[in-house]
Amino acid sequence: MPDHSPVHAHQFETLEQQHDADTMGMWTFLATEVLFFGGLIMCYTFGRFSYPQAFEAASHRLYVGYGGPNTAILLCSSFTMALAARAAQLGRKRKATALLILTALFGVGFLIVKGFEYHTDYLEELVPRFRFHWDGPEAAHAELFFWLYFVLTGLHAMHVTIGVVILMIVAVLSWRGRITAEKYVTVEIIGLYWHFVDIVWVFLFPLLYLIGHR
Amino acid sequence: MNFHLLPPEASAVARESDWMFWSLTALSLLICGLVFLPLCWFAIKYRRGRKVDRKLTAEVAMWKIEVTWTVIPFVIAMGLFTWSADAFFRMETPPPGAIEINVVGKQWMWKLQHAEGAREINELHIPRGVPVKLTMISQDVIHDFFVPAFRMKQDVVPGRYTTECFTPIKTGRYHLFCAQYCGTTHAAMIGWVYVMEPQDYRRWLQQGSPEPLAARGEALFHTLGCSGCHGASSKIHAPPIEGVYGHLVPLETKEFVMADDKYIRDSIVLPASQIVAGYQNLMPSFKGRISEEDLMALTAYIKSIADQTPEGYPK
Amino acid sequence: MKETPPNYLDEHSVSSWLLTTDHKRIGILYLLSIVVYFAIAAVAAALMRINLLTPQGDLVLPETYNKLFTLHGVMMVWFFLIPSIPAVLGNFVIPMMIGARDVAFPKLNLLSWYLFNIGGLCALYAVICGGVDTGWTFYTPYSTTYANGHVVTMIMGVFIAGFGSILTGLNFLITIHKMRAPGMTWFRLPLFIWSLYSTSVILVLATPVLAITLLAIAVERLWGVGIFDPNLGGDPVLFQHMFWFYSHPAVYIMILPGMGVVSELITCFSRKRIFGYHFVAFSSLAIAVVGFMVWGHHMFVSSQSIYAGMVFSVLSFIVAVPSAIKIFNWTATLYKGSISYDTPMLYAFGFIGLFTIGGLTGLFLAAIAVDVHLHDTYFVIAHFHYIMVGGMVLSFMGGLHYWWPKITGRMYPEAIGRTAAIVTFIGFNLTFFPQFLLGYLGQPRRYHAYPPEFQVFHVLSTAGASILGIGYLLPLLYFLWSLKFGARAPANPWNATGLEWETASPPPRDNFEEIPIVTEDPYSYPPEPEEEAKPEPQHA
Repeated sequence: MPDHSPVHAHQFETLEQQHDADTMGMWTFLATEVLFFGGLIMCYTFGRFSYPQAFEAASHRLYVGYGGPNTAILLCSSFTMALAARAAQLGRKRKATALLILTALFGVGFLIVKGFEYHTDYLEELVPRFRFHWDGPEAAHAELFFWLYFVLTGLHAMHVTIGVVILMIVAVLSWRGRITAEKYVTVEIIGLYWHFVDIVWVFLFPLLYLIGHR
Repeated sequence: MNFHLLPPEASAVARESDWMFWSLTALSLLICGLVFLPLCWFAIKYRRGRKVDRKLTAEVAMWKIEVTWTVIPFVIAMGLFTWSADAFFRMETPPPGAIEINVVGKQWMWKLQHAEGAREINELHIPRGVPVKLTMISQDVIHDFFVPAFRMKQDVVPGRYTTECFTPIKTGRYHLFCAQYCGTTHAAMIGWVYVMEPQDYRRWLQQGSPEPLAARGEALFHTLGCSGCHGASSKIHAPPIEGVYGHLVPLETKEFVMADDKYIRDSIVLPASQIVAGYQNLMPSFKGRISEEDLMALTAYIKSIADQTPEGYPK
Repeated sequence: MKETPPNYLDEHSVSSWLLTTDHKRIGILYLLSIVVYFAIAAVAAALMRINLLTPQGDLVLPETYNKLFTLHGVMMVWFFLIPSIPAVLGNFVIPMMIGARDVAFPKLNLLSWYLFNIGGLCALYAVICGGVDTGWTFYTPYSTTYANGHVVTMIMGVFIAGFGSILTGLNFLITIHKMRAPGMTWFRLPLFIWSLYSTSVILVLATPVLAITLLAIAVERLWGVGIFDPNLGGDPVLFQHMFWFYSHPAVYIMILPGMGVVSELITCFSRKRIFGYHFVAFSSLAIAVVGFMVWGHHMFVSSQSIYAGMVFSVLSFIVAVPSAIKIFNWTATLYKGSISYDTPMLYAFGFIGLFTIGGLTGLFLAAIAVDVHLHDTYFVIAHFHYIMVGGMVLSFMGGLHYWWPKITGRMYPEAIGRTAAIVTFIGFNLTFFPQFLLGYLGQPRRYHAYPPEFQVFHVLSTAGASILGIGYLLPLLYFLWSLKFGARAPANPWNATGLEWETASPPPRDNFEEIPIVTEDPYSYPPEPEEEAKPEPQHA
């Protein structure tokens, strides 16, 4: 007897198989992201070991006043994300939608703080090649630090942005009743992605902002 | 032995390198035989349609067979690794008494300078039977100093010194190739190595009465203004140069660093990266203002006064 | 003439092809794309080999020659070899072989094809604009600071195509894990699946590192940030570590699928179970894992530390062992088999011969003291061509011939197929064997001109290349011919085991009328009838 409700994609035999595949697909995708960010962190590690003084001096120019609150914002957002997934699993449409929107708002908050921070970096002439001025020795190595800083946090911010957009789409789907208890896996998979984005930041924050016993 | 198909064995390690090469060839032929002969035999004997016994006996011995043909190749591989690693250590260790020659590679030529002062372009004259240590650096991209007859090569990298050692054992003229793609006329960055009898080499060195490298370095030490701070009568508190080379130097970061060629070069080109303990970061960088050849000349000079002892430094 | 039953090829509109999510059509789309890129790269090789007929290199300017070998390398590695078996044969065969209706993410599959071609067009655009002469390895600081040309455009092409291959690998991993038919346990999977699984692990984990490395080159080139150029405070050898960390596993992407095909061919055309199934399966995984640990063997003379060199050398010897195990197992499979010399089997034999030679010459390069002499000479070129052409291309051809009836519903002409296989084998050996000698004699790579004493080897090599070209051209022609005039193929023209043979040739859109249930081990070929000395005891 064919299974009519809810309908799964044609290449799968059951909805459960589809959910299994989607979940594993997200985990595998996150593995590629680990290698992607990992490659950059390897560059950073090379720079940190080769030019420790320059990297430390450069790191001191970053503001924990921006980075710290951003870390807190993302950690809170992961919490609301987990709650959202749980609510979706229990079929609580309103709660799930509200939590998804809240998570997205946290993400937007992160991006706003980041925007202010980049603006400050620009004013302080810490943007490699475009507006960079360094007084101490080893300007080239300090510039390398800032290149890594902008690429790492920039790529991360791009991932946050994509996450926010997807969260809003899923929130709309949830509001329209399309995320039923059987289909909650969608929220869980987005949750995986969001937690990953959070974890990346948890690595980046100390590596970039906290060099040298601050 | 010198067949046309073989490059001349002109260095001390060439014979061993060839032994390894031909042993690997023999091993390869053996393994090819062990694979191809059964393959052909089975392909013929068990050709479809031929009436032949294909009854398989029970697979009792399969695990044993698999383990055997895993372990034996592994053991052979480890043996080959050990032999080769041992030879490599010897190839990379400069023997004592090596004559030191500096090499600067640039697109698309080789510049060589002997300690006694002779300078060459795309050619290297060296004596037979004496170990040679090349200290090399590139002015631009990565090159590679390859002498097939010596079975030796080493990348020549910008920004750091690399070394290559060999002991020529046969007089003659041998190809020198650049063996790391470096741009348009990479294929023309070639030359010759001339191995001469020692007395011919000594005669060759004296041609044109060249200025020894260390003397040229001393002259540069003055003309470039180094003596202004590092000279004996300087009023600036700068680290002394006498007796530094080959000794440990304390840095203000509380580490010690060996004063070798790399240290000397970095001190001139990136002085801020390693401040000697008890001194200030006052030295200007000479990056871009001094050629690699001149850097090597200065190093030769500093090496030449390594026996003199300044006070207060650990040996 | 019999009408073929409804199958996946029925719809002919352009949008049914360009917007398809059918893995079988996507496999064909990839086949068409890689043939184009292969042709471009082959023309580049032909020009190079003609130029090398004379020691002065008279045919083209040095800079043109350098652009040709760069084009050849980039096209062949990223736009032909890496997608070849996985994206063509893998896409087509994997779902059917495991009893599924499609891959896990069909839309991502189509996206990967588009990314692949956007990347390819980007790379070709760089060529049309004047080309790139850095070599496919983009060593710094030449590529970041000194090279003229459209390096960033070329790199962007590879970068974009890389995302396509990540998606392919991801798709295959989930498909193999989650979509096997009932009864298809891991150890009932054909070995083609095991090898593509291992390949997909590498695709997914190594390609992102390439992406970062290429991004770093682009940033340094565009904005002068010093990562690799020492004049800007960087380290040129860091590039080599990052590049080879990806590119060494990449070469296993370029051989593991071929090994999987060979397992299928050897078993089918000797009508026998594979000898040592578990060992062959696990050796694929072992090659994938250990392959991530040996990248430094490309850098023995780079100024890498001696001790690092030791570690990479011993691991490089170790990674040879699983490949040796496969060769021995394949040979043992032939014992007491019933061997036919169909075209796919000829390619499989060719693979065993040529891959064995290529793999053994890898030991020369793993032996660090010998590598000092052979590094960056023609010996290395010969080594990797024996594996990539003698191995991977031959197995791709073998697999294409083997599955052609399933893909198209037509048979290719057998006699000319065998002829082409033999011509390819002869042409290949004549092209590349002299290069081992050239390398040992000291001729470096990437030279547009060379000392006169090397000429005889180059002439032999170029002669071989012309014969090899014929070997490639013939299948192109007769495959096209077979589409209209080839004999119609039955569902199982080879009498092979395997789920893909239990459905029609060509298959219906959803592969199977009903998903099969698997009860047997793979390669359960029945014993040959005339060998029964006594009647078999009847089982209840």
